Amino acid sequence: MSNISLQNVSKSFGTKKAISNLSLEISDGEFVVLLGPTGAGKTTTLRLIAGLEKLDEGDIFIDGERVNNEAPSGRDVAFVFQQYSLYPHLSVYENLAFPLRAPARKMAASDIDARVNTVAKMVRIDHKLQNKSTKLSGGEMQRVAIGRALVRNPSIFLMDEPLSSLDAKLRGDLRLELKRIQAEIGATLLYVTHDQIEAMTMADRIGILSDGILAQIGTPREIYEKPANLYVAQRLGQPHINVLTADLLPAQSLPSGTQHIGARTEHIIISKASEKTANGKIDWIEHLGDQNHLHLLAGDKKLIVLADPFSPFRAGDSVQLSLKSPLCFDQNGNRIVL
Amino acid sequence: MAEIRIENLHKSFGDFVAVHDSNFVVKDGEFLALLGPSGCGKTTTLRMIAGLELPTNGAILLDGEDVTFNRARDRDIAFVFQLFALYPHMNVRKNIGFPLLAQGVASAEIKSRVEETARLLQIDHILDKLVSGLAGGDRQRVALGRAIVRRPKCFLMDEPLGTLDAEFRDVMVRELRELHTRIKATTVYVTHDQLEAMAMADKIAVMNKGLVEQFGTPQEIYNNPATLFVADFIGSPSMNLIKFNGLVRSGDQSISIDGHEIAVPALAEDLADGKRVLGVRPEHIRFDAKSALKAKIYGTEYLGTTQIVALEMFGSIVRARAASDLEFAVGETVGVTFETDRLSVFDAETGNAIKTAHKKEAVYV
Repeated sequence: MSNISLQNVSKSFGTKKAISNLSLEISDGEFVVLLGPTGAGKTTTLRLIAGLEKLDEGDIFIDGERVNNEAPSGRDVAFVFQQYSLYPHLSVYENLAFPLRAPARKMAASDIDARVNTVAKMVRIDHKLQNKSTKLSGGEMQRVAIGRALVRNPSIFLMDEPLSSLDAKLRGDLRLELKRIQAEIGATLLYVTHDQIEAMTMADRIGILSDGILAQIGTPREIYEKPANLYVAQRLGQPHINVLTADLLPAQSLPSGTQHIGARTEHIIISKASEKTANGKIDWIEHLGDQNHLHLLAGDKKLIVLADPFSPFRAGDSVQLSLKSPLCFDQNGNRIVL
Repeated sequence: MAEIRIENLHKSFGDFVAVHDSNFVVKDGEFLALLGPSGCGKTTTLRMIAGLELPTNGAILLDGEDVTFNRARDRDIAFVFQLFALYPHMNVRKNIGFPLLAQGVASAEIKSRVEETARLLQIDHILDKLVSGLAGGDRQRVALGRAIVRRPKCFLMDEPLGTLDAEFRDVMVRELRELHTRIKATTVYVTHDQLEAMAMADKIAVMNKGLVEQFGTPQEIYNNPATLFVADFIGSPSMNLIKFNGLVRSGDQSISIDGHEIAVPALAEDLADGKRVLGVRPEHIRFDAKSALKAKIYGTEYLGTTQIVALEMFGSIVRARAASDLEFAVGETVGVTFETDRLSVFDAETGNAIKTAHKKEAVYV
């Protein structure tokens, strides 16, 4: 396996700058997730590394070797797309064997057979090897697509939202499996998504992209607990982080220059209070099953926090709200580091 | 607006039964979510209500009128598809007004209704823009506007948010629900995403293999799943299903798993010895060092405010949700307790929940 290094990479499409001066180091065996909304430059980054787009400025190194002008086939990377494109007329077995049958490989039939069987077990599709690829469920098709990427044993995997076309439940299962497979083979994996749960649960490190700029990169916990700015803070967390003015709720000493407060569930202390002393109200409780949201009103400002399932609050209750070491941001939206 | 009544609705494609004798009623002004995995029959059901598919058997009543074999255009419903198709060469105003133009509505009337619709969707500031330059969310709002402007009796929506960003989907879920609260149009909404269904619907029909397995409010379905399938499908991570064997006597208030007595809501059925399943939601597991019930920490998944703690107990993995500031070491032994009132017990032989005296009239907040 290998490492990837992007140094000051830029790419424009016409007048639109898709990637600006992006530098990123991915170590051997690391699982890095690029997270950001549509148009942030996630997919372009992947395509640049794969060689499907040509960069305007900067350098890309794979395993120490500069690959700027290398054709996609010479880069030893495997790409898994959102839409699994299997050969519909072939069986699962033949779909998996296909990349190995390329004439340039000169691989013996027995070696191909061994490899296909190993990979089929790894992606748990070995019981359906003889099925037509069209006679599979969506989750199984995506497993075959991932298997087809694995079978060549490339040094790097690039995945572009491979789970987003699947059922919510299947997505949860495959998330765990993908992480397991990656750990098992020690693959270097760069994964693009707009789903924060995928990023949080799978990544060793998350890179947050904003308009072609890498806003922050770090472990899920670093990104969640120490976001560099408001933009990053708003990418992670369900419900969304509450952004408040500095004087809305009482707090122990805030750093000077604080303009905005970022308050997640764990930053807000709620206690019952009499109507006279209260500074807030429970507006309503939204039951989402595993996530129940407490909708609060502090003056005109609406706040949403996660409700403890054993929470004693009821809609209409008057409450005292205060802040406990919230995230503080300056006038430019950058977090003030204490 | 209108009531939709589905009676013994059945649809086969050759040997394959897509929808199995469904019965349910969507009351006037209600928001129903048809929820289930791909291939469960939810879209087929929706298409039959729309008139895009004819049932093999059964009846569909719209406001009391049998419309089972009426043409789609005679049903006075609006269908919003997953991939919304707008007219790219027209501006927002013309896109929204098009269905009225086609009906021959007078132009002054069209103008006022388009503007009213645009205000409702908060897109009145972009009425004169071309749709081809709009962001995804605004395009979705225009597509909704085109459905609303006709003031149909009901709305049918087939995963209208399926293609959107996760982040943007959250925004649209809230908007759609607020829109529904404002116009109170009877709505049937198809989705495979339980969070969307829980967040928007008044009632949910959970479908599996052509069958409606449970019909009820989101809370009923979450708190009292009627079958193992429903229990497993709703919730993320889903309900822990712990297998055990035993007989059940009416009045039992505990069950025994591997020699541990676990208190459950009083059971109200008599069943011979057989395979059973205890259902425990991840958030109804609490950590308590004093508890005799022990588990070993297998791993944790960080989710920000909360974390998912995987526990080794009863010979399998049980997932609990806990606050992120609790620290656990892999391999550590911890004591756990279950929230008795919130537990479900299933008969694994039939897949159905065992009735409990307590849960019959239980109301959870």
